[in-house]
Amino acid sequence: MSPGPAPGIPALHVDAVTVRYRETLALEDVTVRVEQGQACGLVGSNGSGKSTLFRAVLGLVPTHEGAVRILGTEHRTARAKGLVGYVPQGDEVDKDFPVTVRDVVAMGLRRAGPPPRARTAELVTRALERVDLADLGGRQIGRLSGGQRQRVMLARALVARPRVLLLDEPFTGVDTTSQEVLVDVLRGLVQDEGVSVLVSTHDLSVLPDLCTVAVLLHRRVLAAGPTGQVLTPENLARTFGGGRG
Amino acid sequence: MTWELLAEPWQYTFMQRALLVTVVASVVCALLSCWLVLVGWSLMGDAVSHSVLPGVVLAYLAGLPFAIGAFVMGLGAVALIGAVRQTTRVKEDAAIGVVFTTLFALGVVLVSVTPSQVDLGHILVGNVLGVSDEALAQVLLISAAVVLVVLVQRRDLTHWAFDRTHAHVVGLPVNRLRWTLLVLLALTAVVALQAVGVVLAVAMLIIPGATAHLLTDRFSRMLVVAPTLAATCAVVGTWGSYVLDVSSAGLVVVAQGSAFALAWGAVRVRGRATA
Repeated sequence: MSPGPAPGIPALHVDAVTVRYRETLALEDVTVRVEQGQACGLVGSNGSGKSTLFRAVLGLVPTHEGAVRILGTEHRTARAKGLVGYVPQGDEVDKDFPVTVRDVVAMGLRRAGPPPRARTAELVTRALERVDLADLGGRQIGRLSGGQRQRVMLARALVARPRVLLLDEPFTGVDTTSQEVLVDVLRGLVQDEGVSVLVSTHDLSVLPDLCTVAVLLHRRVLAAGPTGQVLTPENLARTFGGGRG
Repeated sequence: MTWELLAEPWQYTFMQRALLVTVVASVVCALLSCWLVLVGWSLMGDAVSHSVLPGVVLAYLAGLPFAIGAFVMGLGAVALIGAVRQTTRVKEDAAIGVVFTTLFALGVVLVSVTPSQVDLGHILVGNVLGVSDEALAQVLLISAAVVLVVLVQRRDLTHWAFDRTHAHVVGLPVNRLRWTLLVLLALTAVVALQAVGVVLAVAMLIIPGATAHLLTDRFSRMLVVAPTLAATCAVVGTWGSYVLDVSSAGLVVVAQGSAFALAWGAVRVRGRATA
């Protein structure tokens, strides 16, 4: 695992960020703060800007205003140091691509060149064991269920032992078994290893179990705070009603 | 009698050179095609291979090697497609269609008005039986360079092809990898046009990779299957063109298309058997 950052620095600080796609405003003055060792749920409807927020954090889209800091550093440094891991939405994975589960997980170790082959094999096996898929390592990625594929993507993110983990809709299209594995692994990472997690989801049922804080998003932050206080019927109606009201 | 028929074409130096150029071009195109079909750049392969035509004619007029004009124009086409895509609301496939058809048409016009001692029309459909020493050297040199880069960058290119976002997250130079593949594509188009001409080059840049993708679900195996199939088709096509007295470029591509059809059929039969 990377050397521990100074205490008190937020794991992730999205500070008054605005993102535009040409004339379209995707995020407006969004501030999200995730402390070290904290799990934060990001809740919003389709098109609310959740994925754009992840892309801004990862430096995939430019921020027109505001700044993003990951453990006190800008995204390029955080990525170079291996501080951040990312699990994409399930439908972003090319299921027909001719790679095995082990090939995919090993991609998580590509930062600054791969480690020696034996070490790679050991780390990949350990990551797959963690998501309960050690026996499927030789299978082509498309021959897994949607839930198993999401667990592989989590293993790929975990294999480099990041300090901050971003997950974009990891529970969408996932079977119950896989959802339980994902939640267990994430809870263990937060509680036992102090990893910080930002997870976007439609599935509100997993949030109280996993996240101590939540942010409701519809291009701007509608509410933020302890999960129990944020997930009120009024706030959810504003969030999924398109931010009106 | 059968052996004589098989061996007869290879007694002639022009056939040996034709075979060498076709096999080398087929193998290097097949290697690159594995990435092109997985990235979804088949249309880009079509664009680059057609766009090189005006570059070839302009290089001829300037007294430069064809390869230089073709390479520069191939990259220029890529840059132009990117510029149209980024500065307008036109989608990428439309941008590709506009740019490459226009450049190809410009090439056709230039060919028609350029007085030439060599038949520039051969650039369109290839003239592998009359390949010059200079063209042979270009093919060998460029192919060696492409294979070297592909082997060195294999893992990063595959990672990028599978998941560009993740490649970015782990710190791979995604823009450099994209341009590496585009430059390799332009170089490979130059090699392909020497063997089969501008019109059919795209076939060599797509069919072997697509066929290998049908036959295996391991990328490392694709990198063996595609060049092996392509080399076999090059031998069969070149030999067949001598025996049947038909276009070698056409027959090589027909052989590749037939291999794809056979693989498709085999996969469907196997799928029914295991269903």
